[in-house]
Amino acid sequence: MSADFLNLLEVAINGLMAGVLYSLVALGFVLIFKASGVFNYAQGVMALFAAQTLVGIQTGQVPFAHLINAIFGTEVHYFGWNVPALLAILFTVLVMILFAWIVVKVILVRLVGQEPIILFMATIGLAYFMEGFGDMMWNSEVKRLDVGIPSGGSFWIEDVTVQWAAEGERYFGMYVDVLDIWATVIAVALVASLAAFAQYTKPGRAMRAVADDPTAALSVGISLNKIWIMVWSLAGFVAIVAGIMWGAKSGVQFSLSLIALKALPVLMLGGFTSISGAIVGGLIIGVGEKLFEYLIGVPFLGGATENWFAYVLALIFLVFRPQGLFGEKIIERV
Amino acid sequence: MNDMSPDGYTTPDGRQIGGVMMEVKNITLRFGGVVAIKDISFDIREGEIRAIIGPNGAGKSSMLNVINGFYHPQEGEVWFNGAKRKAMKPHAIAKQGIARTFQNIALFKGMSTLDNIMTGRFTKMNAGFWSQCLWKGKAEQEEIENREYVEKIIDFLEIQAIRKTPVGRLPYGLQKRVELGRALAAEPKLLLLDEPMAGMNVEEKEDMSRFILDVNDEFGTTIALIEHDMGVVMDISDRVVVMDYGRKIGDGTPDVVRADPAVIDAYLGVAHD
Ligand SMILES: Nc1ncnc2c1ncn2[C@@H]1O[C@H](COP(=O)(O)OP(=O)(O)OP(=O)(O)O)[C@@H](O)[C@H]1O
Ligand SMILES: [Mg+2]
Repeated sequence: MSADFLNLLEVAINGLMAGVLYSLVALGFVLIFKASGVFNYAQGVMALFAAQTLVGIQTGQVPFAHLINAIFGTEVHYFGWNVPALLAILFTVLVMILFAWIVVKVILVRLVGQEPIILFMATIGLAYFMEGFGDMMWNSEVKRLDVGIPSGGSFWIEDVTVQWAAEGERYFGMYVDVLDIWATVIAVALVASLAAFAQYTKPGRAMRAVADDPTAALSVGISLNKIWIMVWSLAGFVAIVAGIMWGAKSGVQFSLSLIALKALPVLMLGGFTSISGAIVGGLIIGVGEKLFEYLIGVPFLGGATENWFAYVLALIFLVFRPQGLFGEKIIERV
Repeated sequence: MNDMSPDGYTTPDGRQIGGVMMEVKNITLRFGGVVAIKDISFDIREGEIRAIIGPNGAGKSSMLNVINGFYHPQEGEVWFNGAKRKAMKPHAIAKQGIARTFQNIALFKGMSTLDNIMTGRFTKMNAGFWSQCLWKGKAEQEEIENREYVEKIIDFLEIQAIRKTPVGRLPYGLQKRVELGRALAAEPKLLLLDEPMAGMNVEEKEDMSRFILDVNDEFGTTIALIEHDMGVVMDISDRVVVMDYGRKIGDGTPDVVRADPAVIDAYLGVAHD
């Protein structure tokens, strides 16, 4: 193989793995949108909040330390203990379930039957509330997130790929971050178990039923509130995973919440209600933006095309397939 | 029929009808200025096939929606199994044993026939949440038992051929049948059918009539149904409530209702549809 081709392959593989993360965030949107018709603007902030909470619990941060110190004139910041990663993740899951419960009981049940735009506005409010609340609870410093997933370039892949280069080429092997590989494996496992859950279990069927026809779902005894709490919890869980992956890569900071913006073009591409659309859409965007940057962006356009390419690709797609990759064509009834 | 014994009565074809299972008392339901139901009372007895008829917009569907909790009447009481019912959410009423079908088919279109009917068994599956997620222990057992029950219903309704078909792709008549199957899966005490035969051809109507009679006969299910086809109504129902403009204008056996001048004036006299 020529070195050029191997470089291209490396770009594509890295794009694929970035795409998996986009898919994951998009999946959070799709879950909530399907089951409750809400476009959840707060999905990105949920990932940030989950990551903050995880780090906070893991490092034994005192919640609301600033507030406590300001009121009581104390100087507490840390409890002085460390919580093992797995246990901390478990606690974070519980926090996100509690969060889901509050969102449904305090906000959603009061807005039943309102226009979608009202619900959307409510989630914008929620997003900013959470952002402030997260900063207040865990402070807004940039933090390192480490749950023990290995990271750094894989020497093994480097060694193997070096052999693939043709005789006499200057090629030093492929750079693939182990963290990305882990992220991919975990995301794939998560998506597969979500799919199995939806397909083969009673709560999963109930979730699909509510997404399909809420009235009929009620008539067979399914409580919409419970299903909403469940989907918001699942979306919270997805947010944790996304938060861990992204946080491990670039630290826990405000910009983490912006991964939601990466999920938007994925949704435009894959459709707002299709789980497979979210997955395939994420991969296409991930690979597409990296290849475009490598082949066209850097050589011809001065680079930095990743900021806008995904949206343009999605827009082009939208014009030709408004219903998304797998959505059914909507024909207006006259 | 108003002086009926509280213990029940025997139908002309010799079926024994029991005491009162569901009773609505002085129900009034308004939507803004529109009075959909005005001061209506009637009862449904154990084992009975009870029809509700009336012209379009008479308030028939609204009545079923009150019974299964989609609508909450401004006035009146609903009594079920001898107790006055509090205002409840529809899913809680479903748990009490009331299942239904809809005038404009409300199936889970993306799911297969099997999954639709399986979803109908929602209230019959009680294994804990985590057990269900992991498909272990009680949940696994439950899933298997319920699947068997669903297969029985599929056999009963003769829809084996479409078990795995997404219901959105089925013709109208079969969709109606699957919807009936989903309601039956709950093993309801009271089954509400909103125009189960609307839009069907003669043959399909005959099939559906037969299924309704068989359900009543084999499972002893009490049925309340709305239907426009007078021939069918008079054929299969034990007693009929007639509604017009939200009011009750007649109530009794098909023979009594057919002969009632008020009913003839308001409804039967004019050709329907
Ligand atoms: N959700 C609602 N909001 C406002 N008005 C309603 C609602 N549901 C029913 N109505 C009104 O109540 C009246 C009775 O409607 P309903 O659907 O109960 O009639 P119906 O007897 O079932 O008629 P059809 O034979 O056409 O099905 C109608 O005037 C209808 O417009
Ligand atoms: Mg109706």
